[in-house]
Amino acid sequence: MISAQDLIEKITSAATCDDCIVVVRDKTQANLRWAASTLTTNGVIQERNVTVIAFVAMDGGMASGGVTRTDVSLTDIPRLLEEAIAAAKAAGIADDYAPLATNVSIGDWAADHVPTGPEVFSQFAPALGDMFSRSVSDSIELFGYSEHTSETTWIGSKGGLRLRKDSPVGRVEMTAKSHGRSRSTWSGVETRDFSDVSVADIDAHVRQRLDWQGNKIELPAGRYDTILPSGSVADIFTYMMWVSNARDAHEGQSVFSKKGGGTRVGEKLSNVSLQFFSDPEFKLLPAANFVGTAVSSPFSSVFDNGQAIKRVDWLKDGVLQSLIQTRATAKLTNLDFTPIGENLIMSVDGASGSLEDLVKKVDNGLLLTTFWYIRMVDPNSLLLTGLTRDGVYHVKGGEVVGATNNFRWNDSPVSALGRIAHAGSTQWTQPREWAGDITNMAVPPLVIKDFNMSTVSPGN
Amino acid sequence: MNKTVDADFLALPLTAVSDAAISTAKSAGASHVDVRIERTRNGLLSLRDARPETQSDETNAGLGVRVIVNGAWGFASSPEISVDVAKKLALTAVAMAKTSKPLSTELVSLVTEPIYADKTWVSDYEIDPFSVSDSEKKDRLADLSNRLLKSGSVNHSSAHTMFVKEQKHYADSYGTSTTQQRVRIQTQIEAISIGAGGFESMRTLAQPAGFGWEWMGNKHWNWDAEIEELPSLLAEKVAAPSVEPGRYDVLMHPSNLWLTIHESIGHATELDRAIGYEANYAGTSFATPDKLNTLQYGSKLMNVTGDRSTPHGLSTVGYDDEGVAAQQWDIIKDGVLVGYQLDRRIAARVNRDRSNGCAFADSPAHVPIQRMPNVSLQPNPTGPTYEEMVESMDDGIIIKGDKSWSIDMQRYNFQFTGQQFHRVKNGKIVGQLKDVAYQATTTDFWGSMKVVGGPSTYVLGGAFNCGKAQPGQIAAVSHGCPAAIFDKVNILNTVAEAGK
Repeated sequence: MISAQDLIEKITSAATCDDCIVVVRDKTQANLRWAASTLTTNGVIQERNVTVIAFVAMDGGMASGGVTRTDVSLTDIPRLLEEAIAAAKAAGIADDYAPLATNVSIGDWAADHVPTGPEVFSQFAPALGDMFSRSVSDSIELFGYSEHTSETTWIGSKGGLRLRKDSPVGRVEMTAKSHGRSRSTWSGVETRDFSDVSVADIDAHVRQRLDWQGNKIELPAGRYDTILPSGSVADIFTYMMWVSNARDAHEGQSVFSKKGGGTRVGEKLSNVSLQFFSDPEFKLLPAANFVGTAVSSPFSSVFDNGQAIKRVDWLKDGVLQSLIQTRATAKLTNLDFTPIGENLIMSVDGASGSLEDLVKKVDNGLLLTTFWYIRMVDPNSLLLTGLTRDGVYHVKGGEVVGATNNFRWNDSPVSALGRIAHAGSTQWTQPREWAGDITNMAVPPLVIKDFNMSTVSPGN
Repeated sequence: MNKTVDADFLALPLTAVSDAAISTAKSAGASHVDVRIERTRNGLLSLRDARPETQSDETNAGLGVRVIVNGAWGFASSPEISVDVAKKLALTAVAMAKTSKPLSTELVSLVTEPIYADKTWVSDYEIDPFSVSDSEKKDRLADLSNRLLKSGSVNHSSAHTMFVKEQKHYADSYGTSTTQQRVRIQTQIEAISIGAGGFESMRTLAQPAGFGWEWMGNKHWNWDAEIEELPSLLAEKVAAPSVEPGRYDVLMHPSNLWLTIHESIGHATELDRAIGYEANYAGTSFATPDKLNTLQYGSKLMNVTGDRSTPHGLSTVGYDDEGVAAQQWDIIKDGVLVGYQLDRRIAARVNRDRSNGCAFADSPAHVPIQRMPNVSLQPNPTGPTYEEMVESMDDGIIIKGDKSWSIDMQRYNFQFTGQQFHRVKNGKIVGQLKDVAYQATTTDFWGSMKVVGGPSTYVLGGAFNCGKAQPGQIAAVSHGCPAAIFDKVNILNTVAEAGK
């Protein structure tokens, strides 16, 4: 297979259009999946995507059009360019047009992709096998998934962009069930290379939670002070980011639209001094410091490729500070250009401590394990619905007193921002529902007052 | 009708590559080998206020080799399709199986299937959407959008169309080899109204289906009629009263009911879920195998089938991704659970003789797993027309179109919304409602189904991107259903749920 760098040079030098950006993504992955304490599937995956974006000047602006193919050879190049140019001409002048960056170089352009493979599990897999054996002995069933992915993206252009980024990341998810599957819990761990994954810690965690479920307490639907682990916080605030594009807000189509026109930027949304930001300099969660996208959407523009990404405060001291912008929407909304970053960090000033520390601060409430099946019900308020999953615990007097039933909930993360009773320390976390999409998020566990548990769910 | 696989796919070294993978893996100790050479092309065009916003044209091609060695799976894939790569992947898959063996306490076996050699199957479509120019597609969506925007009640519009051409060559170590091509499309147009109290939207009810670009004419779906009435329906919804929560009789239009079928029946009757294979991710099912032939899933009017053969169905194929021929079977008969969805491994796991052909992988980089066939609620052959159903209601709500959906991990508790909510009193539609959601437990809901519409009310709905498995896979699936009336459904007010 031709190298990504050679391919980009060949395509950009053959391009006859006004500019041409080529995005090559090489991905390798190894994965293991198990159920009932036995492996069910596995895989060693290699993927390549080559996107050619043609830019064609037109009276009053510029058009763009792109095609993405898998294994591109040198003989494919003329046809690819022809298809991209045709797509651009068909689209006409782009609403997201802004002058293209030129001559920007970031990252080690010449270096090869560093592949991952099953060897990344060399210590983890035997430890997992031992955990399987222990679980069988103790009548615990284990279900889960681990993957390690290495992804390298090169972005080159006729105008001299030479950008490269690497994203190695992995995760382990473990669901444990016991007592005829009447008890169920979950644990998720993010990792860069599996060297820091402790199967013993996962084992201890799920066993503690299964023990907590020995005492069952039925609770009705209602509003509860609810302790959200960091993964659940990540799940619902990811959703909030997905509706945070500036154009929607500006045009009145978002929870961040101001009644009567404009956006809610500048409005205090949280009752605490909460910071929510993206920052390529945040060391725990490495992220690219440039815009790199293969397709225009409400969240990003191919015209912005190569633009610098710096820290963006989405919420600062609890006040809505920024919405996701392209340069074109920044002009439209008369706000700063604040592109979406590759990481998300939330913190509450003065907050510290673990999830267990938060439990001690709650007099009467619920401790969740995860959320599940989260969907938007009303975009005006960003009302979301979803379920609790794999363990809901009743907390009284600062202690877990037993496990209760699952609930369907209806609540809004925007509304929840104004009902934060307590917060813990910020930690790199794994969402449950969006684990496959969101790998670069650090948030604290939170206690939300009066979280709306709408009905009891018999699901277990 | 197109009945041939594209020549440029057939020109790939399909047989040489699959033969190389099979012989190499067998020589290395594999007792089973299957090979998929795939090329899937996905097109997307989105317009905002009748102007292009997102355009993509993406092809995902490659080769996947799956083996069983000493009762353990191994899998490897590559985007390169060549004999050399096939041999390499075969050895990698065998090595992966051997590495996995210590973690595999269950010996994998597959049920048998007749051998189908050199079979070709092509779905029923007329116009390859990739043969239509980008300009023509854009112009069609822009025209439909502009008709909405001309209305005083519509402030903004969005339109998108997704179209897919999927080509697969499958071969296995028993001698089956199939080459297939299928096409599908989904188009949705939405009108948005901005008011002092917020914004409201309404989307077309057109369903995704196994058609080509002919879907965008007016022959198979009356776009002109739907676009013409959308602004006035939206204006009526904006002015409509907010629903009073409580229990109502509900007439579910097929454009809404298909999704309830998908979530509460389709996923619940996947046998791999029911026995726990998805317990960490998609979830399990309340419909466990011990309840087969005894579980009263719904009222006696309820008859649900699974199939991979419905014309224009999104899950319709000639052969599945394990070389099993397409079939049709009962899942729920007279309200009782009588069948499941199976692949060859799950069928063997529960001592069945044969798979019903539900294996599917969405990419050469992913292993085939049990995915949903077309799961459909059958109409009552002598049932009423839609108009007769409306006239039969004293006091209720009609729900049309899908919007928000959510269900728990055992497929008990669900909550759905819709696009349109029409109030019915004394057999007549008296206006719309807004802020409506319905919430129920699966068996209670289906147990309350008291009228099933006749064949004239039957519509094939469906989903383009149903998710399952880790690493995540998507699949397209159809659900046919008639209109049906449900007794005393729990209706929520979504504004009240938000605490407003």
